[in-house]
Amino acid sequence: MSTTAQMQQSPALKKKDFVSDQEVRWCPGCGDYAILNAVQQVFPTLGIPKEKFVVVSGIGCSSRFPYYMNTYGFHSIHGRAPAIATGLKVANPDLSVWVITGDGDALSIGGNHFIHTMRRNVGLKILLFNNQIYGLTKGQYSPTSEKGKKTKSSPFGSVDRPFNPISLALGAECTFVARTVDIYQKHMKEVLTRAAAHKGTAFVEILQNCNIFNDRAFANITDKPNRDDNQVVLEQGKPLVYGKEHQRGIRMSKYLPEVVDLDGSVSEDELVVHDETRPAAYAFLLSRMVAPKFPTPIGIFRAIDIDSYEDGVNEQVRSVTEKLGEGTIESLLNAGDTWIVK
Amino acid sequence: MMKQKTVTNPRPSVILDDVVIRFAGDSGDGMQLTGSQFTSTTVSMGNDVSTLPDFPAEIRAPAGTLPGVSGYQIRFSSNQVFTPGDQADVLVAMNPAALKVNLEGLKPNGVIVANTDSFSPRDLQKAHYDSNPLEDGSLDSYRLFAIDVTRLTRAALRESKLDTRAVDRCKNFFALGMMYYLYERPTDVTERWLEQKFRGKDDLIEANKMALRAGVAYCEATEVFHETYKVPAAKLPPGKYRNVSGNQALSLGLVAAAKTANLPLFLGSYPITPASDILHQLAGYKNYNIETFQAEDEIAGVCAAIGASFGGSLGVTTTSGPGVALKMEAIGLAIMVELPLIIVNVQRGGPSTGLPTKTEQADLFQAVYGRNSESPLPVLAPATPADCFNIAFEAVRIALAYMTPVMILSDGYLANGAEPWKLPAVDELPSIKTSYWTDAKSFRPYLRDKRTLARPWGIPGTPGLEHRVGGLEKNEEDGNVSYDPLNHERMVRLRAEKIQRVAQDIPDLEILGPESGKLLVVGWGSTYGAIISAVRRCHADGVDVSAIHIRHLFPFPRNLGAILARFEKVLVPELNCGQLASMLRSSYLKETVSLSKIQGRPFSQREMFNKINQLLERTS
Ligand code: SF4
Repeated sequence: MSTTAQMQQSPALKKKDFVSDQEVRWCPGCGDYAILNAVQQVFPTLGIPKEKFVVVSGIGCSSRFPYYMNTYGFHSIHGRAPAIATGLKVANPDLSVWVITGDGDALSIGGNHFIHTMRRNVGLKILLFNNQIYGLTKGQYSPTSEKGKKTKSSPFGSVDRPFNPISLALGAECTFVARTVDIYQKHMKEVLTRAAAHKGTAFVEILQNCNIFNDRAFANITDKPNRDDNQVVLEQGKPLVYGKEHQRGIRMSKYLPEVVDLDGSVSEDELVVHDETRPAAYAFLLSRMVAPKFPTPIGIFRAIDIDSYEDGVNEQVRSVTEKLGEGTIESLLNAGDTWIVK
Repeated sequence: MMKQKTVTNPRPSVILDDVVIRFAGDSGDGMQLTGSQFTSTTVSMGNDVSTLPDFPAEIRAPAGTLPGVSGYQIRFSSNQVFTPGDQADVLVAMNPAALKVNLEGLKPNGVIVANTDSFSPRDLQKAHYDSNPLEDGSLDSYRLFAIDVTRLTRAALRESKLDTRAVDRCKNFFALGMMYYLYERPTDVTERWLEQKFRGKDDLIEANKMALRAGVAYCEATEVFHETYKVPAAKLPPGKYRNVSGNQALSLGLVAAAKTANLPLFLGSYPITPASDILHQLAGYKNYNIETFQAEDEIAGVCAAIGASFGGSLGVTTTSGPGVALKMEAIGLAIMVELPLIIVNVQRGGPSTGLPTKTEQADLFQAVYGRNSESPLPVLAPATPADCFNIAFEAVRIALAYMTPVMILSDGYLANGAEPWKLPAVDELPSIKTSYWTDAKSFRPYLRDKRTLARPWGIPGTPGLEHRVGGLEKNEEDGNVSYDPLNHERMVRLRAEKIQRVAQDIPDLEILGPESGKLLVVGWGSTYGAIISAVRRCHADGVDVSAIHIRHLFPFPRNLGAILARFEKVLVPELNCGQLASMLRSSYLKETVSLSKIQGRPFSQREMFNKINQLLERTS
């Protein structure tokens, strides 16, 4: 079957083509609804035939996602979605494979697959719904919960130090690293569109509100009155300016970012100009900017263009086959030392 | 051993029909190489052979110590052989530790060839000898040949450009040359191998060839051995042969089956002893439409294979028992989503890390029962190294016909042991039919085939077949998530029934010996050789005993129950505490006698023979 022929025949895809007949079962008010909506809106715009999409998930509230998408889907086991998706993508490089995961699924039980997928640069789009809590198991602290958090499993406060997912992804050498927020539909769609076009692993952390077990965890950047003062939007080639009145910026001082007031004493020229293609160390510094001392960066921290893992694997198969010729069962069996018994 | 003198040769040449040699030395002495070279030469002369490497778990334990001893046993014969032999006729001991570890495996009055140059007081001390066994008379009941192999090798390589260390590393080829002389084997097969192996390194090729020839020449010149031995070719069925280890045969079987099914093969694997060779082998077959993925861990290995199967490839994962333990949750997922998957468990001694380089058959319960909830899958076990090819093929056939994971239970003994294998004719290989579903109108993800109960394989990229699979319970036919209690019970029973139906395509068991009687020996896996040899010996003695060998362990062949019922006693030899015996009792309410051995070593033919005689109340 030819993909191009298929694309020509099929009428333009719409959001409804990606809505499955399954009833959505997240709690009313859950941030997951907004993410589902954005994904269903972005997929039809990507120019990819519908049958080429596969959504793979692990376990957790977010991982119910594939059931609601009218695409190929695989709701797998806890933490293993990146490993399953890796096998699928390497064996079928022309598929568009999306991994839906959460902070517990990706960073706790699935931590190993998460980092190694990024190390290899497998062409998967990994959307991590970070709500800083375990929702499906009814409210235990997660690897992104802040220290001291009181939950069912930490009645006196958690003594764990949390992961910063962006820092972790950068440490694992991920080639596309971004952050967005469930309620920022426009921003999320832009980021997802860029992620879809990326060649290797595209990692997107989506700050997601769990209104049942960890409500308003990201209120400082989602609540209207002050949110612009608490976040900085990363835009390629633009200085890091933020605030309701664009009154603040980020400057480098002694190798570290600092917040400066643009009150006339500091000019915009002194500010950091964002470049997502810089070495990972730069993006890492940005990822360390956390509230309340810093605004929370959202947008694309890093996007660099290197060969994907599946291209490497398939190129090797191609070149070895070209060199040795395609193997047959005869050539397989008759290789090595053989002798004839008469 | 049958002996008869021939008269043609100035040196007396004695005809033997069955010989066992054990090469033993330090891990660094190249004993595996020496043994496999002797094997290559010997199979090229038409003998039947069976080999057993025996090496330590440590890569290089301190030189000269007991844990550092590496051995390689080869049995070669003018007849068909089924085991590497209970005891050796000849022990080549490159140092005192090798002598100490291997002496108990040498026949009374057997030949010892010892390298005197590594019997210094320091070497003796490392092997915990109080006095030199070559001199203190403790080896008087053997035929001892104490030869200064290291010095003789150095002398032979006087002209070589290699440094002393490199020269000393050729001493195993000197010893090999001596064995070639003793058993009248030519050196050319090994010389050709050296030329290929060290292509471009002429110094190494020359030095090793010279050491090899010097070993032969030394024996000729000194007449150290008073006689030499001929072991005439065996009468093997005509055809083209190749020597294969179990791991090689298994790899070949997987590739041949994927080719026959016209499917890409995807291997997801993590290195583990003694299964890694399958990963190595398949990684070299990139031009056979094979992708290999060395995963970050065992779980990722099986998960990637499942992902590839979802995408239409033949997913395979290879490991040993501890790896299977890690993979079980994912295997349960493959059972739930009903995708083809091959899981290879090359069993080793356990539990936990256990005895990584030693053999055991104690993962049968794990394979059959070792997952959460009701989660059956077909389990197969090869009987011999070459049979690994057939079993791999059979596993692929079942996995594709029934859309199910299939587990293969090989073991360390089969994996590393080798035997001549008559190459199958390509057009006689079983056919494997499989196809992806493409018709969107009739597609329902869990609609079942009437005969096999297999669900359709609709792969991503096919228009109109978009569907979701997952670990949550499925609604019958449409595969949507369902928590309905009655549906759950139906689905559990359907999945179980599907696996039971695998038995409809399994050939009936064949009985070696009478169809009914006093005693039936029931084997599975690598115990085949010891059982067959012992039973044949009983038949030669005129004793009535029968044997069957189970290669399909779940579900069992259909005629198994009827066969068991026809015998008074059933003996089940296993390298575990009686796992198959327990399955037979619970499946057929048949009393069984277990012969258990859990020593990291295979059964000897004698152990088997004695047990059979004991049960028949005969004195052997
Ligand atoms: S528990 Fe939290 S994350 Fe889960 S569905 Fe409910 S609101 Fe959403």
